[in-house]
Amino acid sequence: MATTAPAVTAPSKPALAEILDWVTTVDHKKIGILYLGLNFFFFILAGVMALVIRTQLAWSNLKIVDPDRYNELFTMHGTTMIFLVIVPIWAGFANYVLPLMIGARDMAFPRLNALSFWLLFFSGLVMYSSYFFGTVPNAGWTSYPPLTADANALPGIDFWILGLHLGGLSSLFGAINFIVTTMRLRAPGMKLMQVPMFVWSMLITSFMVLFGTPMLSVAITLLLADRHFGTSFFLPAGGGDPLLWQNLFWFYSHPAVYIMILPAMGLVSEVLQTFSRKPLFGYNFIAWSSVGIAVLGFSVWAHHMFQVGSSLAVNTFFALATMIIAVPTGIKIFNWIATMWGGALRLEPPMLFAIGMITMFIIGGLSGVMLGSVPVNWQMHQTYFVVAHLHYVLFGGSVFGIFAAFYYWLPKMTGFKMNRALGIWHFWIMLAGFNLTFFPQHIAGILGMPRRIYTYAGGQGWEVHNLLSTIGAFLIALSVLVFIVNFFYSARKHEPAGANPWEAASLEWATSSPPPEYNFAQIPTVSGMNPLWAQKGGPNGHNGH
Amino acid sequence: MKSAVSARWWIVFILLTIVTVGAVGALLWVTVGQPDRTLEACPPACPYTFAIPSTLAPASDEAGRINFLFTLILALAAIVFVVVEGLLVFTVFKFRNRPPESALQIHGDTRLEIAWTAAPAVVLFVIMGFTLQTMSQVRGPAPADALKVKAIGHQFWWEFRYPNEAIVTAGELVVPVNRTVEVALESVDVEHGFWAPELFGKVDAIPGYTTRLRFTPTSVGRREYGGQCTQYCGTQHAQMRFSVIVLPPAEYDAWVAKQQQPAAAPEALSGNVKAGYDAFFNPQNACTACHQIDGTAAAGQIGPNLTHVGGRAHLAGGILANTPENLARWLRDPQGVKPGNKMVIRQLDEQTIADLAAYLTSLK
Repeated sequence: MATTAPAVTAPSKPALAEILDWVTTVDHKKIGILYLGLNFFFFILAGVMALVIRTQLAWSNLKIVDPDRYNELFTMHGTTMIFLVIVPIWAGFANYVLPLMIGARDMAFPRLNALSFWLLFFSGLVMYSSYFFGTVPNAGWTSYPPLTADANALPGIDFWILGLHLGGLSSLFGAINFIVTTMRLRAPGMKLMQVPMFVWSMLITSFMVLFGTPMLSVAITLLLADRHFGTSFFLPAGGGDPLLWQNLFWFYSHPAVYIMILPAMGLVSEVLQTFSRKPLFGYNFIAWSSVGIAVLGFSVWAHHMFQVGSSLAVNTFFALATMIIAVPTGIKIFNWIATMWGGALRLEPPMLFAIGMITMFIIGGLSGVMLGSVPVNWQMHQTYFVVAHLHYVLFGGSVFGIFAAFYYWLPKMTGFKMNRALGIWHFWIMLAGFNLTFFPQHIAGILGMPRRIYTYAGGQGWEVHNLLSTIGAFLIALSVLVFIVNFFYSARKHEPAGANPWEAASLEWATSSPPPEYNFAQIPTVSGMNPLWAQKGGPNGHNGH
Repeated sequence: MKSAVSARWWIVFILLTIVTVGAVGALLWVTVGQPDRTLEACPPACPYTFAIPSTLAPASDEAGRINFLFTLILALAAIVFVVVEGLLVFTVFKFRNRPPESALQIHGDTRLEIAWTAAPAVVLFVIMGFTLQTMSQVRGPAPADALKVKAIGHQFWWEFRYPNEAIVTAGELVVPVNRTVEVALESVDVEHGFWAPELFGKVDAIPGYTTRLRFTPTSVGRREYGGQCTQYCGTQHAQMRFSVIVLPPAEYDAWVAKQQQPAAAPEALSGNVKAGYDAFFNPQNACTACHQIDGTAAAGQIGPNLTHVGGRAHLAGGILANTPENLARWLRDPQGVKPGNKMVIRQLDEQTIADLAAYLTSLK
């Protein structure tokens, strides 16, 4: 097995050289850290926007920000969380750990990898530069034309389009890189159906990115043409069709939900087996259910369009596909429970967040099935019920998964252990805050509160739910603060993590923390799954395996 | 260390239970505990007069069927929730902090996999069956005697046209009880969404398309239901409201007869109503460029038809109660009341505003 490289004390470099080193780096670990830093920065930014939104809605008729500012806020919050945080942060984690997990020394195309990061960086820069021009995107993260086709009325949409183009390219290059790396650079002896579940999830996710992202690029290019070059792709006056946008947009943007959640599901699979001290239950079923989700994920987009008056046949097809996608999702959940069943669970922060992810994602999945029922959708669509649903999936699912990933892999990246008590506090405050924020929104939606409204009149019975929601949002903010404090506190304390602090099974734990340049002094050779456990005869040593 | 973890589990479970019970209690309190507001009780005194909206209090045949479906799926979802989350939490409790050697080293079980693939599939097909049934019931073709209405979305208000009755109005859809209403939706600018939670599921108004929905109000007496645009349509999307007023048949017929009358001829006007009439038709005020008043020369097609504006309960896209004070407030500064709306008006002096308000209020 790989030898751990001796810790080399690097000679201290002048600051400029250090910065130049990071800017020009093609090392997958450094690029991974750049990604994570950038994504976390935007996570904080989008979170602050969410707090302003929640403050405005805390009670009826509040005017903390004026309507135009509010519309910009929810547009930038959604766009940022999706395109600058959750989608790319998994590329960030995968950049760091995927080559390590398959026993490779770097990504297949290191320079393309650097390009992916810098495209993302400029994607964020272009989008947020709109604040300096006073023309911030303000039509929601879905930016439906004909509203957005008017370049004079909504100049900010250009920043949104160009930002998304750069982000889309970043995503595409990343996907190509992950696919080639996984297919070509696995350690000798590691078969494709033996890779860690996170690697498998990133592989499937990358194929989804490859298949879906071009459609988004097409849609926003056509929109740009409608805005500036006199075309009428989406304008009925010139023979165009506004619904074309919805079809193109959701053809990418519904799969994007799975692009955001599949890596979290892969990560949860890793964490569950590590902290249950037993191998993943039903590896093949979990792996193939991801393929099922990916394929079905491309045939459900029109469930975002049940209210456009499609025929019974069209609605039936998309409702059926939407319901069926709950089956592979259910397979994962049951296999996760079976993985824990009979285990010796260590309730460390990564494990708490992974369990939290499953419990919250179940709620989002159930409300998803409700929304898949077309007549219920006619009532609940475009209300706060949908806002609650999507946050149970993307926050309860993806963001809890992201924090599980941080607690799981930060010791590998930094070399120091995160404080356990603060991690547990972070988890419980976030879980309570999250449910307090988003559960009442289901009820507000049932009571008829539409989404994307900057204010609401009193006397409609919405105040209680919104106030609870606002209090919860500040609890979430507090929990994130605990995380940040934990990071710096732990960095200062610097308790060494060692190569394998969690006694995990995959190859990233076979090298030092942080790993040396080029990861492995000698490329490891493996024979089968969970190499580090196989090496010592089982997760807990020789215990009758 | 072990006990510390499990103690926190308990604390937070209790907290979460309290939150959940509290949330359900709030739901019951809001939907059941508060009295309905009827039209008689409120305008013009209340600043805001719609009943508390709720999809759980359906007032039409169609909304009732959807509510039944919603309740059914919610019940199934609740059972699945309790079973799966219960199993999950039980597993975590039962197997937490055990000695590592006790961990079972198993890799899978095909029979179990088949079972937990099939079981959800069965539940989902049941839901799908009820979905199909309800779907065809609530959006099937409307009966021949249905009242046909056209709802036209504008930034940021709704126009209603009754083609067979030759009525054009705004902000308020007036319909008789127990008769199916077939709404044809159009938009003159961007996409809008048309929704009144107690009466029908939402349908978008899409430029270039005519979309349809139907509903059969079943309420008793004179009732008003709130509605709101549900597809983001620009700055004042939040303030694009409307109401559906359901009337007993006789009252509805009377309303139709009244709406079909043109406005009074200027010779019949006097006092500040006449002064308001003159101000309205003063080309410098440009009112007639956007607004129509049947029976007069005003034929603008951009803003709401004002022939019977004085008889409406609300103004400005359903956000102000229709009182002379609110009308004056609106005429004084429409952009201050609803920033970003399409009404542009030059600064009027207070006397002109009062005259205009008097004239418009007289248009019953």
